Amino acid sequence: MENKYAIEANALSIYYGSFMAVNNVDMLIEAQKITAIIGPSGCGKSTLLRAFNRMNDFVPGCHVTGELLMQGKNLYSKDIDPVEVRRKIGMVFQKPNPFPKSIYENIAWGARINGFKGNMDELVEQSLLGAALWDEVKDKLQDSAYALSGGQQQRLCIARTIAIQPEIILMDEPASALDPISTLRIEELMQELKKNYTIIIVTHNMQQAARVSDYTAMMMLDKEGSRSGTVIEFSETKRIFTNPKDKRTEDYVTGRFG
Amino acid sequence: MGDCSLHWFEVKMPWENLSPEITYTRGIMIRKTFEHEIQHVKDEVLLLGSMVESAIISSVETLKKRDIKGAEKIIDNDREINKKRFDIERQLMILIATQQPMAHDLRLLASTMEIISELERMGDYAKGIANINLRMGEEALLKPLIDIPRMAKIGTDMLHRSLTAFVNEDVEAAKAIPLDDDEVDALYNQIYRELMLLIIQDPKSIERANWLLWVAHNLERVADRVTNICERTIFIATGELNEIKSSDDDFWKKEK
Repeated sequence: MENKYAIEANALSIYYGSFMAVNNVDMLIEAQKITAIIGPSGCGKSTLLRAFNRMNDFVPGCHVTGELLMQGKNLYSKDIDPVEVRRKIGMVFQKPNPFPKSIYENIAWGARINGFKGNMDELVEQSLLGAALWDEVKDKLQDSAYALSGGQQQRLCIARTIAIQPEIILMDEPASALDPISTLRIEELMQELKKNYTIIIVTHNMQQAARVSDYTAMMMLDKEGSRSGTVIEFSETKRIFTNPKDKRTEDYVTGRFG
Repeated sequence: MGDCSLHWFEVKMPWENLSPEITYTRGIMIRKTFEHEIQHVKDEVLLLGSMVESAIISSVETLKKRDIKGAEKIIDNDREINKKRFDIERQLMILIATQQPMAHDLRLLASTMEIISELERMGDYAKGIANINLRMGEEALLKPLIDIPRMAKIGTDMLHRSLTAFVNEDVEAAKAIPLDDDEVDALYNQIYRELMLLIIQDPKSIERANWLLWVAHNLERVADRVTNICERTIFIATGELNEIKSSDDDFWKKEK
């Protein structure tokens, strides 16, 4: 049972200076499952997602209280190296952001600086295969990554992420800048990826959350006038979209939330 | 190394997410078009329900009067009922495809699909009674109809109330209506015994008794299908899909 959960938030609150952005989140994220975080703009979804791999460390004044446990270790304790955290927990962003380098180098670079000593060609091929991009780029690995389409660039970013062999992949609106077909391709890919990785995705697209995820966390500002977001309902996706418990979740998923 | 990663990680600053315009208001209806379409479908279901209701009532009335023309009209009208059901089904499909209903909306549209099929089948029972009327030809009724019109009255009354409960998503009513099924079953039981008695007294009456038994059976089925509509209404309102216990089960046990 010890591997059932990939990561666990206990009473996790996130502050920007004295301002509390996310209030008291408890979440057990099941391993090799896709967990979606949904909710209206400004409710702290991205803030919470970035807390999972300490990306908020880059934001001046941002700090957290509570615990974020991975294999029993608090990722925010002093003896933990945030770079190591980000190696174990990779991230894919809204806008594809390849390096201005070749397709090959986009994947090789991260592995190299992380001390990868194995067969680089093989790693590049495996990562591109894993991101369902290999067949489209195998003949032009030395071309600039910028020559790829948006959807291909996003899959390249996913390949780059899995090249580091993380355990968890965070995705912040990974398909919102893509056309519908590229979006479906990314969603299909996520189903493949979850065989090996745990995925947490933030999305504004509720149909996407309904299509791809196993669990859904509904976030909302915790009370009228408040600016702090919190998870108001966290449950199996099929439950959230057919019979949610919380009236606010119902209002949101049926589009009655104004 | 933490720093050198900065240029390729896209980090959104917290203030990018927090515009002062964020307002938190609940309960504002922002899906007027969809709400309007849902209301329209509910109206259509009521219309279909009233077509079925009057088909059942007049199927028994025309039988009572042995009115062959009236029976033919009911059979004709059943085509309109079927057409209306397909119409509503089409509207529901379009709503599901274009509006991506979730949660309560999804339960409502999916259940409405079930309910219209129940209604269409009830229409078939009325048509069945009209067909029996035609098939009886010149033969007179075996006995004057007393309990059969009562069954039709209770059944259509249940149907009417079940559709009101559906439109209002009234769980209490939806739970109460199926209880009236006992009365229908009791009448059915009584008609059954009466007809058996007539058959025993005069075996030549078997065919005519059978016709009336079919009529009563059709009406008994109407009340059962009302129970199915009530199950759906409870599901729409609560998300719980449970079978309402049917007194039929006891009926068949006793008759064994």
